[in-house]
Amino acid sequence: MSDGVIPAHPTDVVENVPPPVGDNRQERLPRSRRAAALRDTLIRSVVPVILALVAGGVLLLILGTNPLKFYASVWQNGVQNGSWQDSAMLAAPLLLIAVGLILIFRANIWQLGYDGQYLLAAVLVTGLGPHITGLPSVVFWLVLFLLTALVGAIWTLVPALLKAYYETNEIITTLMMSFVGIDLANILVKGPFQDPTVNIPQTRTIPSNLMLPSIPGTRVDIGVIVAVIAPFLAYWLLTRTAFGLRLHVLGANPRAASHVGINVKRLIINSFLISGAFVGLSAFVDILGVWGYVRSNWNPAYGDTVIPFVFLARLNPLAVIPFIAFFAILSNGGDLAAANTNVPTDFLLVLVALILLFMTVIEYFGRQRDLGQSYLPPGLKQVFSRPIIPRRRGTREVNS
Amino acid sequence: MNEAGQARSAAASTTPAVELVSISKAFPGVQANDNVSVSLYSGEIHCLLGENGAGKSTLMGILAGMQQPDSGHIRVAGQEVVITSPRTALDYGIGTVYQHSTLVGALTVVENLILGESRALRLNVSRATERLSEFSAMLGVEIDPNALTSDLALGRQQQVEIIKALWRGSRVLILDEPTSMLTPQAVTELQVVLNRLREAGLAVVFITHKLHEAVALSDRISVLRQGRVIGTIDREQVRESSPDELESAIVHLMFGDTLEDASAPELHIAIEEREPGSAAPADTVVDSDGAAVALELNDARVRGDGSQPGLDGVSLQLRFGEVLGIAGVDGNGQRALAEAISGQRRLTHGQISFLGAPVASLSVWQREKLGLRYVTDDRLGEGIVRSLPVSVNLVLKRIGHAPYWRRGQVKRDAIDRNARELVEQFDIRTPSIDTRAGTLSGGNIQKLLLARELTGEAKVVVFHKPTYGLDLKTTRTVRNMIKGLRDGKAALLISTDLDELLECADRIAVLSRGKVVGIVENGPGAAEQIGRLMIGDVSLGLAAA
Repeated sequence: MSDGVIPAHPTDVVENVPPPVGDNRQERLPRSRRAAALRDTLIRSVVPVILALVAGGVLLLILGTNPLKFYASVWQNGVQNGSWQDSAMLAAPLLLIAVGLILIFRANIWQLGYDGQYLLAAVLVTGLGPHITGLPSVVFWLVLFLLTALVGAIWTLVPALLKAYYETNEIITTLMMSFVGIDLANILVKGPFQDPTVNIPQTRTIPSNLMLPSIPGTRVDIGVIVAVIAPFLAYWLLTRTAFGLRLHVLGANPRAASHVGINVKRLIINSFLISGAFVGLSAFVDILGVWGYVRSNWNPAYGDTVIPFVFLARLNPLAVIPFIAFFAILSNGGDLAAANTNVPTDFLLVLVALILLFMTVIEYFGRQRDLGQSYLPPGLKQVFSRPIIPRRRGTREVNS
Repeated sequence: MNEAGQARSAAASTTPAVELVSISKAFPGVQANDNVSVSLYSGEIHCLLGENGAGKSTLMGILAGMQQPDSGHIRVAGQEVVITSPRTALDYGIGTVYQHSTLVGALTVVENLILGESRALRLNVSRATERLSEFSAMLGVEIDPNALTSDLALGRQQQVEIIKALWRGSRVLILDEPTSMLTPQAVTELQVVLNRLREAGLAVVFITHKLHEAVALSDRISVLRQGRVIGTIDREQVRESSPDELESAIVHLMFGDTLEDASAPELHIAIEEREPGSAAPADTVVDSDGAAVALELNDARVRGDGSQPGLDGVSLQLRFGEVLGIAGVDGNGQRALAEAISGQRRLTHGQISFLGAPVASLSVWQREKLGLRYVTDDRLGEGIVRSLPVSVNLVLKRIGHAPYWRRGQVKRDAIDRNARELVEQFDIRTPSIDTRAGTLSGGNIQKLLLARELTGEAKVVVFHKPTYGLDLKTTRTVRNMIKGLRDGKAALLISTDLDELLECADRIAVLSRGKVVGIVENGPGAAEQIGRLMIGDVSLGLAAA
């Protein structure tokens, strides 16, 4: 994603957060305004997706593939015949990372160290898990649950302290810590956590009896439940607690935060720790639910995938659920669909990029409308309204 | 070229080089310019004098194409024009030198000058060097064309900026607070340069809040106040008056006239009650019996931020039942003083006592709870969160505390009840308590802040420019609230509006460069004394000029 998308209009994103659904305060709003707000949210988030699908369809036509056939195939392979279960397991870590990012993005802090946090937590689960023996499996999972949350949180500590005490740009520090984390994870995989029984660099595998059990009647592991609870928990935090309001104040107006007596340093550090903990938990769900081991140089980069959807959902933890589901289905079904219809799998990335593009366009029009301005950029308008600009008046006098 | 310039200026002196006609410009909550008309003539130095926030910079920003006026128009050499960007302003021959440097430090003087000609494909350095020496000769300065601009002294850099503004043949030069960063010697040099520019027939606009400079440099002086031109002293009068006469004329314009202003009937009553005032130096603040002291600052020092001074050893006593005014030109430590008391800034030295107990180590919330409140001047910037509803903004300083939050969870009923009461009590005009605070008018936002700070156990309230940008009716309401605090409470009123201080305060301390330079009892003649204390400070920096 382009780096412009993240910091460009952070406060607007926060301020435009749609009115939380089912919120007491919202229920007292006049019906028409609530409807308008809902319509606005729908337009701003769904229209880009539809436009992207249409534009993608045109591309498919150019490539000589029937777009309807392709999209139908995506549906078949992503949802039908039980394949929704794979999509759900794919969505689980994405959801947890999305929640972790939304919480801190609300405070206008751009924590981008998710790859390092995820991989370190993942490697420690696979590295330490097989050595923890003699515990009942429930306790085993609880220990690893806390471990991953802790590892994720600790890996944000340096950027958090630097941000809180020295106002260091967290984009730089979290990215740096991410690189360090990724490489440290690799060192651990190839070094102390190397599985002695194989020649390729990978960790031991968690015994199958210690992997997270499935929900009865499905292949879906119970980690998915954790992942689904997380957005609701985050929603509650953001709308019902003092912590959530403080985050909002910090994000919308940091000077107001210190003016009204919020302990800004503590809040910044806490938001980093919570964000890191959710990212770490994504490793718990993903490794103990799906993978069981980690290979060196493996990096699924879930966060990169998630960020567009986090913004598409306007930092609303509930609204992000359908978007992630959409992506998981597209991704899960799309691989097979691409193979079936002879389209490069890269086409899926093109679709995501198109969504982002249309999102930006819709965002621009929405802002112009909110401000009651013309849809034309000022420069362009000037060209239309004043075609001839007299130039270099009086230059001659000074030169002569 | 001087001949050509003079010929032109002689011809043009009848029609102004630039006319700004009935310019109005509003920002959210502030009327920056209100029907301002100013004419600039060739061969003249025109000074725009006024406090920070009087609308000088906005007016010149409009002329320089940085901002668009809401109404009014601009004429250049008699022709009406629309200036849409700084580039168009240059096209019309209007060059601007901003307060802060716009030069690229890593480039040489010549390179910086060529930057302005971005339309040229090839960089013609030798021609530019030649042109630079022509300009240097005209201004009577010496500038090494190949020196890095970052190596030049600030005064020299400013000369480069002036040449840059003139590079494309500008006939009008705007200087925004040009002396604020300069040493006294550099100010003298600038004076020489400005005289040369006048001789060359340019129209020069000189923006300042320093009275002394206006008197020393200008041919024509316009005094701005609260977005309006409240008086212009024209060329003949400037020429005929001695500097002292001119100064007192300006002081009269800035402060004197408005004393008789009919807008404040309470004024006379307030003053009659008091004895004739006398100026007292800061260190002889009257001792009072300890019980009556509400707030005391003892040699308080605070770091400034950027170019803004902090506090440099301020000692003040605020007694219960009084309103203590803080006068001074904006940017002399007012913000630091307010934030030190509210707890937003830490003291580096000294102590603040509230109700006899030291509070310097307490947090904003702890002071708030004790009853020490602060109504900020930056209402939109830090006072409210625009995207949050009025009801939440009213409890913004109590986030997480009972009765609005219990065990970290919000109690919406309590918040709403509180909001409904306060909206009623303080007459906050809002469609509903759920309306986003950012959509309210400036006056109502101020009422919201007052409602937040004055309720509960408010004992001492610091007001920072509480009526800045408000309409007359709200101003009256706010001032009455401040005066109402005399009834058993106390207020510290920081304001750059002398009328306001004379109307509301019992004593007025004058703040200058982070120091209290004097405390004046309010009463007849207080305005003159305060004016002198403020001017005294200003002329210090210009000793050499």
